[in-house]
Amino acid sequence: MKPTRRNILLADDDPDDRMLIRDALQESQSQEQLTCVENGEELLDYLRHQGAFSSLDEKARPYVILLDLNMPRKDGREALREIKADPHLRRIPVIVLTTSQAEEDIARTYDLGASSFIIKPRDFETLVRLLRTIDEYWFETVQLPSGEN
Amino acid sequence: MNNRRKPITILLADDDAEDRLLAREALEESRVSNKLDTVVDGEELLDYLNRRGPYQSLEGKPLPGLILLDLNMPRKDGREALREIKGDPNLRRIPVVVLTTSQAEEDIYRTYDLGVNSFITKPVTFDGLVDVIKALSQYWVEFVELPKD
Repeated sequence: MKPTRRNILLADDDPDDRMLIRDALQESQSQEQLTCVENGEELLDYLRHQGAFSSLDEKARPYVILLDLNMPRKDGREALREIKADPHLRRIPVIVLTTSQAEEDIARTYDLGASSFIIKPRDFETLVRLLRTIDEYWFETVQLPSGEN
Repeated sequence: MNNRRKPITILLADDDAEDRLLAREALEESRVSNKLDTVVDGEELLDYLNRRGPYQSLEGKPLPGLILLDLNMPRKDGREALREIKGDPNLRRIPVVVLTTSQAEEDIYRTYDLGVNSFITKPVTFDGLVDVIKALSQYWVEFVELPKD
């Protein structure tokens, strides 16, 4: 039987970063599936099956969200606030993945309920190790609330 | 990549003396050099975090960087302790990882709803525990930025 591919949702406005993360995930031999959105508005639309995502299967829910902070339209901080205030979405773990190293961003996003805050590695090799570590931690070690609830 | 950081203290709350010892041995076995402090129930955990009672002398010392929390404990259990930590503006940003023998879906949902950073079911074997501690430390110590105290 083919194992179910679990969905990781990435919100990042930079197409190069989206491609690098996709390549690094593949390189890390993760079995998870990556879906990308480009800003906080699209992220909320995806999670709520609205707008361009209204035809999504009603069970389609990411297991974890990788969230960039600085994005146009709706940034990561605001998207995080909305996700954690929504009783239907708040239990999905949100991992902030950003170039920001600002102490204030770290403190504020944990306050808002981020599961973890990770600074985007600058080299590809470390990015691959990061994605392998994320995969081993969130999908092999942790019990996630099922993506279907 | 984050060697500029000070090593964090890990705080474990578990009422089972043998489990506390096993966790300490598993940390050593996986070469995690972080200091481990232990408390035996939710009351003691909150005393430790709020520097009350026997922990008054910790006043002014940095808070732990990561809390490992058992769920079933006497006096104040892990669920109630988690609710208090995540409801306290001074403590809520400290990541809490539930480490429990429970595999109940309800515990998983409820603790994520309460704002747990991850939920891990304790393996029954020591080798399994070492693997979990390795994955935990690789993720939280090597890659994640923790809030400054």
